[in-house]
Amino acid sequence: MNLSYLFDAAHWDLGASGSIPQLLLSHLWYVILALAIGTVIALPVGLYIGHTGRGSFIAINAGNAGRSLPTLGLLMLMVTLLGLGLLPVLIALTVLVIPPILTSAYAGLRSLDPQVVDAARGVGMRPWQVLTRVELPMALPVLMSGFRSATLQVVATATVAAAVGLGGLGRLLIDGLAVNDYSRVLAGAIVVAVLAVLLDLVLAFAQRWIVSPGLRVSR
Amino acid sequence: MITYLSNNSETVLAALRQHIWLALLPVLLGFAIALPIGYLGVRFPRFYHPLVNVAGVLYSIPSLALFVFLPVVLGTKILSPINIVVALTIYTVALLARTVADGLRSVDRLITESATAMGYRRFRRLIDVELPVALPVILAGLRVATVANISLVSVGALIGVGGLGQLFTRGFQLFYLEPILVGVILSVLLAGVADLAIVLIQRAVTPWTRFQGGRA
Repeated sequence: MNLSYLFDAAHWDLGASGSIPQLLLSHLWYVILALAIGTVIALPVGLYIGHTGRGSFIAINAGNAGRSLPTLGLLMLMVTLLGLGLLPVLIALTVLVIPPILTSAYAGLRSLDPQVVDAARGVGMRPWQVLTRVELPMALPVLMSGFRSATLQVVATATVAAAVGLGGLGRLLIDGLAVNDYSRVLAGAIVVAVLAVLLDLVLAFAQRWIVSPGLRVSR
Repeated sequence: MITYLSNNSETVLAALRQHIWLALLPVLLGFAIALPIGYLGVRFPRFYHPLVNVAGVLYSIPSLALFVFLPVVLGTKILSPINIVVALTIYTVALLARTVADGLRSVDRLITESATAMGYRRFRRLIDVELPVALPVILAGLRVATVANISLVSVGALIGVGGLGQLFTRGFQLFYLEPILVGVILSVLLAGVADLAIVLIQRAVTPWTRFQGGRA
């Protein structure tokens, strides 16, 4: 086991197919697509449940139900049903990111001081304004932590796409394993972990930037 | 699906049995290891942030990579179940150490101060007062770790040891839906049962959390 694969310049050649940058890009592409689709689905539902208090049962249980679905099984099920391609991978990964986002959107709204919401109504805000100008900005720290944990999970799990013949950094793991090239597996593991940490840092900075300074003071 | 089950009941049961112990043994081991580590994160506050960060990085290592690597590090055979158990124990510790620390930190200072005033020494106070009060938070983390482990075991099938995951790979290779479906359903059911068991244990051991109206 050594780092020779990772530090071999030939594996960083942008033009070569299967090079680390190419795999990294396709990996990142799966992650971004899954996060985007998952957010579009989960955020409105989570906000609706948190804002109205209706269906909180769904929000509370979505987290554990989502975690209990084995991603590899779901992926292989989807590939068997739909055939090979990007779609089954996206479905499996999206199912993975929905629960943390949904649950944190709900939990973020629920954690607000009811007096703040009452005050917003009291000054004449409409429900939509209460949601977008008061509840959502104040729930952002909790919401972002859910989004960050969804990101961490999906970055690590997107590697299973390689198990059904797709690209992404999982290729280094699966192919390395197939030919007993542990140096390649190690390269894959390191790049995935570094990617996860970097994305988390980016999101941490984004969080500092978008969260109102008034909420930053710890109470 | 019924015919598949009746024709392959032994394979399915063997896979289920393997799945159960591959998932639950790491939960027990990880819990035992995470308790002292989490406590250290509270006892020495400087230790808390490194702990959270290391746990985060550990958790971002893909399970497949860890399953493949441990044989090289531990000197075990690639098909040895020990690899899966050790890998999942690492994830469990990464998840639970932080939860234990957060749970202990969430204990109201007034409670610990009262216990001290009543003559509790540090260790007895930890066992008799702080841990029980932190238990709801810790058990919530344990639920997450247990459910996550149960779904992660199946990734091991890619290296040949994966409980119900073997049904996935078999079905995938044969392009045959039934085993995959059976595997997914059993895995989800198993997670649900394990989750419910922890909830029931929590209700039994922390009866005070049910009387929320009585709190000052």
